Amino acid sequence: MRELSLNVLDIAQNSIAAGAALTEIVIREDTVKKELLIGIYDNGRGMTEEQVRNVQDPFFTTRTTRKVGMGIPLFKMAAEQTGGRFTIESQVGVGTRVEALFKTDSIDFTPVGDMEATISTIVSMNEDKDFIYIRSVDDREFKFSSAEIKQILDGVPLSEPSVMMWIEGHLKEQTDELFKN
Amino acid sequence: MKSLEELLAIKEKAQAQIAARDAEGNDGIRVVVGMATCGIAAGARPVLKALTEEVEKRNVKNVAIAQTGCIGMCQYEPIIEVYEPGKEKVTYVQMTAEKAVKVVTDHLVNGTVVAEYTVGAVTE
Ligand SMILES: Nc1ncnc2c1ncn2[C@@H]1O[C@H](COP(=O)(O)OP(=O)(O)OP(=O)(O)O)[C@@H](O)[C@H]1O
Ligand code: FES
Ligand SMILES: [Mg+2]
Repeated sequence: MRELSLNVLDIAQNSIAAGAALTEIVIREDTVKKELLIGIYDNGRGMTEEQVRNVQDPFFTTRTTRKVGMGIPLFKMAAEQTGGRFTIESQVGVGTRVEALFKTDSIDFTPVGDMEATISTIVSMNEDKDFIYIRSVDDREFKFSSAEIKQILDGVPLSEPSVMMWIEGHLKEQTDELFKN
Repeated sequence: MKSLEELLAIKEKAQAQIAARDAEGNDGIRVVVGMATCGIAAGARPVLKALTEEVEKRNVKNVAIAQTGCIGMCQYEPIIEVYEPGKEKVTYVQMTAEKAVKVVTDHLVNGTVVAEYTVGAVTE
């Protein structure tokens, strides 16, 4: 993938497919340690220990349309090639926690890219699910909650184009604020 | 500032539009974008974004945009499908943001299928 934000969009699809009512997406950047942590945490159906072992292997998938699952192996590789690390913890009936740590000064570090487009897409296309997005740089952070937006919208779908564009613009502003100075 | 006040204004405008849409009782067009790993890697996100922005810009009111998983033709991703009541499904393949804009203006607004982008044209 050209941007980590595309991996995040893809990995979040697994949470949605696992029936997670709430998925939390966290991106924390430490400019001193030169590390970036991406976490995708869901309360979906979870996996057995054996499944967790298997999903890190590109030849495993529970999908039926194609023999191999590529999403997790691609994300894992993106992290490990920077000298970072990748973990999945999961429990059946509880949920799944995927974490990838990147060394941002590695020449193999893929840029984060357009996280705002990723989040607005995920949120708008999955009205029936809730998402929390937290982005931090050193000691500054912001949090976005789709449930709060839904409350304001009072029945207007998140997939309305004007709403989707507002979410993206809103996140852009918050992100710019974070990276100021 | 993309403030909450702005979101409230968007909500009010959308509520009025939805009410008008419901009163007319017209069945909408459904556009779905394939969002499996291969679709995302091939550029599904900018395609979905271009569709959304063009639908908003042209003020097209009877179109709903949604995502779907695997469509089963990796090599032709990004793929979008257009479902219109009473018509056969139209599958557009190897989409880009620019092509998505044309699908909105020609097909969704003017009702003319963009034949050259369809799966039939590409696989011939
Ligand atoms: N958050 C999750 N909760 C439950 N199961 C999961 C989760 N993430 C992954 N899985 C399981 O692991 C499998 C492999 O995931 P992976 O993303 O690598 O491939 P895939 O989703 O099957 O296909 P694709 O290549 O389109 O992503 C999934 O099919 C699913 O069964
Ligand atoms: S996995 Fe590529 S279209 Fe299904
Ligand atoms: Mg996947």
